[in-house]
Amino acid sequence: MLILTCPYCGVRAEEAELAPGGEAHLKRFGAGASDEDFEGYMFARKNPKGVHFERWRHAYGCGKWFLAARCTATLEVFGTYPAQTTRPPADLLAAIKAKRPQWEGIE
Amino acid sequence: MKRYSVFALAREAMRHHTGWERAWASPEPRKHYDVVIVGAGGHGLATAYYLGKNFGITNVAVIEKGWLGGGNTGRNTTIIRSNYLQDPSAAIYDKALKLYENLSQDLNYNVMFSPRGLLMLAQTHHEVRGYLRTVHANHLQGVATEWIEPAKVKEIVPIINIDGPRYPVLGALYQRRGGTARHDAVAWGYARACSAMGMHIIQQTEVTGVRQQDGQVTGVDTSRGFIGCGKLAMIVAGHSGQLAEMAGFRLPIEAVALQALVSEPIKPCMDVVVMANTVHGYMSQSDKGEMVIGGGTDGFNNFTQRGSFHHIEETLRALVETFPMISRLKMLRQWGGIVDMTGDRSPILSKTPLGNCFINCGWGTGGFKAIPGSGWAMAELMAKGHSPLAADFGLERFREGRFIDESVAAGVAH
Repeated sequence: MLILTCPYCGVRAEEAELAPGGEAHLKRFGAGASDEDFEGYMFARKNPKGVHFERWRHAYGCGKWFLAARCTATLEVFGTYPAQTTRPPADLLAAIKAKRPQWEGIE
Repeated sequence: MKRYSVFALAREAMRHHTGWERAWASPEPRKHYDVVIVGAGGHGLATAYYLGKNFGITNVAVIEKGWLGGGNTGRNTTIIRSNYLQDPSAAIYDKALKLYENLSQDLNYNVMFSPRGLLMLAQTHHEVRGYLRTVHANHLQGVATEWIEPAKVKEIVPIINIDGPRYPVLGALYQRRGGTARHDAVAWGYARACSAMGMHIIQQTEVTGVRQQDGQVTGVDTSRGFIGCGKLAMIVAGHSGQLAEMAGFRLPIEAVALQALVSEPIKPCMDVVVMANTVHGYMSQSDKGEMVIGGGTDGFNNFTQRGSFHHIEETLRALVETFPMISRLKMLRQWGGIVDMTGDRSPILSKTPLGNCFINCGWGTGGFKAIPGSGWAMAELMAKGHSPLAADFGLERFREGRFIDESVAAGVAH
């Protein structure tokens, strides 16, 4: 079972306690954006086989949204961090790079 | 190809079954093919078959990284139906159902199609209204479905408990022509027919790159070297995103795990397929007597072909109320497959930004039932550049907002 540590309340939450929220760090496009940008924001997803940054909600705990870095090929969890950011923290990125030297980085 | 028949069976019985030949060949890949199809699942093989049968294109290779039919074709719960709300969906799924009806004769291979009837239970008032709407839509589409009351459900499925209390059965959407088929046999039958037409089915060969020049695909790099092609089709379900990335475009697709399980074999107790979409549970009884149960998808991206156990628990907990007799059944096997979910939960059969590259993916949780129709439409799209059945399933619909929103009609249940 997938276990993520909520960065707000510190609880090691089991998957059944959490609600998945899809890919993290999507750049929003709204009124006035081009069709391509809006389509990309709404539908295009990285869907990587490997390192994935995603949104989760501690639905049956503190109720807050947070972000997690996880490997979709092995289900390994690299870490979690608060949602009030546009980029994963540098130490988390370094830790992932140390574990996955082949990984090309976040862009 | 030697035809299978009662005479062939009698002949082989006389000589200790020494005369059966391999159903399909395993040739060395050539340097170039007119058409290369990546993915030898049901959809890829069906596409190859109808390219040959309907358009005479037989210089075709189907490349598969594992073994044919070893992905979702061999992992689904084999349900076949066409009771969809939206017109484009009903058209392609009903085409598939009609092709399934004669597929064994067409392929000279017994796919064990069993039109035993299919019930979609309405267990909330919202579902009742939704299915009544679907029945009316189906009438307009020429797809025979009907609404039946709880007493009739009980008559068709004596083991069902219609009283609830948590999930009462308020009626059902009934498609008499729906049913099941043997999933492996569908892949094997298409593979045998393709091989007989001279097509190459190349297993254990992984595509590692897509080469292109001037906006056209020239071929694919594989674990057995470069294979050139005139046209390329990507039909790989869960790994579509990875293949599209090799070709340099993105897809509105996320890969998630979907699970199924089977019980120990028991005596015949249910001769229809029952789907309970409120609780994400689907059940039918296989010819061996096992109760085949499908569950819902996980909510997070996953390529491991393993799902979350608590989803199975949720499915069974709910099904036990509706089918009290299964509470004592031992479950024998449980497995997962990686399904490719699109933004509107409808498939993609489309041209791509690369002129001679086509993609067929996004069938999500309901691809098996569509295999013949999907192959038929994809072959037409590749051969003629346009297919009426595939016209509404293009990639551009996400930009243009022309969604085929089946998730309203069927939830995750496809």
